[in-house]
Amino acid sequence: MPIHLTINDKAITVPEGATILEAAGANGIHIPTLCHHPDLTNVGACRMCVVSVERARGVQTACTTPATEGMVVNTMSPAVVETRKFVLEMLLTDHPNDCMTCEVNGDCELQDLVYDYGVKWPEHNGRRHQYEIDPDPNPFIFIDRNKCILCGRCIRTCDEIQNRSIWSFANRGFESKLVAGADQLMLDAGCESCGQCVAYCPVGALFDKMSLGKGRANQAEKVRTTCGYCGVGCNFDLNVRDGEIVRVTSAHDAPVNGMALCVKGRYGYDYVNHPDRLTRPMVRVKWLDAEKVAERVESGQWTLFSEAEQRRASLSYRRTSGDGKSVAPNPQSQISADTFVKTDWDTALNVVAHKFTQVKKELGGEAFALFASAKCTNEENFIFNKFTRQMLATHSIDHCARL
Amino acid sequence: MQTTLAKDLAERQALAHSLWQDKIQADVYITIGMGTCGIAAGAGDTVVAIQRELDARGLKVAISQVGCVGMCSYEPMMEIQARGRERINYGNAMAKYVKEIFRHYFDEGELRKAVIVGRAIPTISESHGHQLHSLSFVGPEDGQYIPFQSKQLRIVLSNCGLIDPESIEDYLAVDGYSALQRALCEMTPEEVIAEVLDSGLRGRGGGGFPAGLKWRFARQTPSWPKYVICNADEGDPGAFMDRSVLEGDPHSVIEGMIIAGYAIGAEYGYIYARAEYPLAIHRLNIAIAQARELGLLGENILGSGFNFELQIKEGAGAFVCGEETALMNSIMGERGQPWPRPPYPAVAGVWGQPSNVNNVKSYAYTPRILRMGADWFKSLGTEGSSGTAVFALTGQVERTGLIEVPMGITLREIIFDVGGGIGDNKHFKAVQTGGPLGGCLPRTYLDTPVDFDSLRAAGAVMGSGGMIVADETTCMVEFSKYFMQFVVDESCGKCPPCRIGSTRMLEILERITEGESTLADLDEIKRLARGMQQGSLCALGQLAPSPVLSVLRHFEDEFIAHIEDKECPACVCKALITYRVIPDNCTGCMVCARNCASDAISGEKLQVHEIDPSLCIRCGLCYTVCNFDAIEIISPR
Repeated sequence: MPIHLTINDKAITVPEGATILEAAGANGIHIPTLCHHPDLTNVGACRMCVVSVERARGVQTACTTPATEGMVVNTMSPAVVETRKFVLEMLLTDHPNDCMTCEVNGDCELQDLVYDYGVKWPEHNGRRHQYEIDPDPNPFIFIDRNKCILCGRCIRTCDEIQNRSIWSFANRGFESKLVAGADQLMLDAGCESCGQCVAYCPVGALFDKMSLGKGRANQAEKVRTTCGYCGVGCNFDLNVRDGEIVRVTSAHDAPVNGMALCVKGRYGYDYVNHPDRLTRPMVRVKWLDAEKVAERVESGQWTLFSEAEQRRASLSYRRTSGDGKSVAPNPQSQISADTFVKTDWDTALNVVAHKFTQVKKELGGEAFALFASAKCTNEENFIFNKFTRQMLATHSIDHCARL
Repeated sequence: MQTTLAKDLAERQALAHSLWQDKIQADVYITIGMGTCGIAAGAGDTVVAIQRELDARGLKVAISQVGCVGMCSYEPMMEIQARGRERINYGNAMAKYVKEIFRHYFDEGELRKAVIVGRAIPTISESHGHQLHSLSFVGPEDGQYIPFQSKQLRIVLSNCGLIDPESIEDYLAVDGYSALQRALCEMTPEEVIAEVLDSGLRGRGGGGFPAGLKWRFARQTPSWPKYVICNADEGDPGAFMDRSVLEGDPHSVIEGMIIAGYAIGAEYGYIYARAEYPLAIHRLNIAIAQARELGLLGENILGSGFNFELQIKEGAGAFVCGEETALMNSIMGERGQPWPRPPYPAVAGVWGQPSNVNNVKSYAYTPRILRMGADWFKSLGTEGSSGTAVFALTGQVERTGLIEVPMGITLREIIFDVGGGIGDNKHFKAVQTGGPLGGCLPRTYLDTPVDFDSLRAAGAVMGSGGMIVADETTCMVEFSKYFMQFVVDESCGKCPPCRIGSTRMLEILERITEGESTLADLDEIKRLARGMQQGSLCALGQLAPSPVLSVLRHFEDEFIAHIEDKECPACVCKALITYRVIPDNCTGCMVCARNCASDAISGEKLQVHEIDPSLCIRCGLCYTVCNFDAIEIISPR
């Protein structure tokens, strides 16, 4: 049964069960919030969404109070505005005054509300928390408890969306603080570093560690893309500054995943600009015609996989000798049979095609086993399947999408 | 477990009553108060000493333990009655004085350390064919009620001190579980609710909401299962009303809860008791087991087809868990934080199901109301607040203790008649009701009637029953600071107005007591108070500023003295006082110098001593130990 109510003198009809906040939002009336998020349960903690309801005692939280028949709501009564200002002022009395250097400057719900309500910076000699900044060695998630407003969105996110329940509050009153597990390190508490809590943090208390100092929201351009890691097809925004990806932010309107992302989607983007990334096909010298190699290298069409590149690569995959000492990379001043050559795609594919043909001829199709990637599109995987079974004549095909 | 039918219960009651009569009319009948208070005062040793004395005298008597009669200053307390003789209640019955008590009772010996509290007289009032047993105390000589009891009316505390709380037989003997029988076998749930509503019983947890109305709401919610919850998370400093009921008369609470369950249609109940009340929990466990054994808990109670089970949930000592939604969160294993209402517990409480939360005393009143009738209960107290009020009377009053008085009695009667006024020729200054979320009232309000509405109109609240009396030696700024410190410690931290606002207000109060404040801070207190009252989620935050505001209203001059003159009129705030030797009185005995913790006192033997204010830490030890009143406290410094 539809409910009829009045908000700010506007007659409104909403379905039964809608909160005042939902009723207002659906009719273009903005009510400020901090602890509320449409993806999460409402707890009525932050007291920002208070509204005046006729015939009700005191103020009511719009996020938790259901709209009822004949209700008359004022979202901007003097008591309501006074309460919001008081709440914001109280929050600021225990908050660092460092918006200038804060990662989320310009992208902070607290900052916006303080601006909207014209709250002045409260000078006082009382206590302010002095928590250690970034005390947790989690490689992806940065935490600054001094900025935490204890809205509990991270807690509900981890609990209700990710079902991990890593975060909770410890202590009481002014000493309340956000803790992982039983006040442990995040990873010890079972955190999977999905960064979902960061995505829901309204302030700069939780942030993406890889993005510290790389650029704020207004300095980066958001480019919507589809995650390349698995077959789910999550959408998110690449935050690009000066041609470099500085952060991944999830987007509420992403059709498949909404705000949710896994650790790979959110933090696994550093390969894009990584120096170790392969950008051209490489073939060992022994598979190529030696004369052609010399000629093409001479002309600059092909290049040798350089010593420096090789050294860097070997740092990533350092091999150790029997006695545990690292083996120095082979200083290849000369071209050997195993040296990689950066060739062109035609050459490389020709080599592969030639080898495939040769193996199939000598050993038959059963000699092959193929492994497809979930990062490929459906069409690519379809072709891969056809190629495996019809061209190579084997059923030994599998793929990695067994996440 | 068995199914006890109504007629079986009547037989059990009759049997229990005759056993009870045999017990109290035995050759010798001895009781000892074994509440936590009595045990803390040494009642455990007293029991051993009594047994030794009985053995020495060749008497074979079972000692009955009973609950607390509320006279804290007399603990431990014991009673002796020999056949045909008066039943005498002795106070200060320490183990070492047991011999002298026996000699006094049996051999007309002299009492030196122990004291006679009074003659204990079992009294019975009757209504609608049912009985309310209680114990009265009269002066051994004049036969008049002893002053502490003169204005009391014990209903919910009637069994405390009368029966053995660990014996269901004792409870049955005093008409216990008759109300349950009446409710289950003779009344519909609606009739039970109507009777409770008609009695005018208002919730005794502090809110004063009509209990019957609350039950009706829970009954009307079309959802199942429903839950009955007893709020035994008594957390006010210096308050122990609920503890005494649970320790002294647990069955009445259980009976009340079963009746409430029947009324609202709940088959399961929780008693949320603080873990700091181990004896109460112990006795509740015994009582639950006994009730279950007798078929008064479990399935098909008294053949009515109604089932009810009860579980104790121990709280971990958070004051905020006395708030009903935080309490239910705690029962569900969540962090003890309140949730905003709606949804009200009657609609969606524990486990999201309709729940009825009442205070210990509210449930304990219920069986008495159903037994004696709504009209009987309504005839007591005032129009808007029927029945009695239970207070833990503490602070600087002569006779502290647990009292039960009819609603409508004045503060003056409680403090001066029941409590005996202020000792040491000092003057009354203020009384705080409603605990740390209540308010204080000064001398001019002493004739305020004590009931829900009058106290609220006066700017204080009834609360759950804490009453703290302050005399002239109390600094009211310090007094309000104490309560704000309590709130800072106990705020759950969920909403910013309470979490941060209370800390900011405490900081101001600290500044004032340290003499580092300006008058502008008084406006700031009022502004913070308004923000907290208006913005906080639950009653804890909304009411937290009340003590400070009430002190500010009635004792603003004290605040101003602290701020403007750097003076603490009561000479309490350490930063604003100094200790000085009065040369005329000082005999040079050196006691103060010897006791001084910071070597701040110098002086030769038989010479006037001197206190060095720069070394003095204002502990007040010299003031306490001086035998010649030669130390004075001066403020401002």
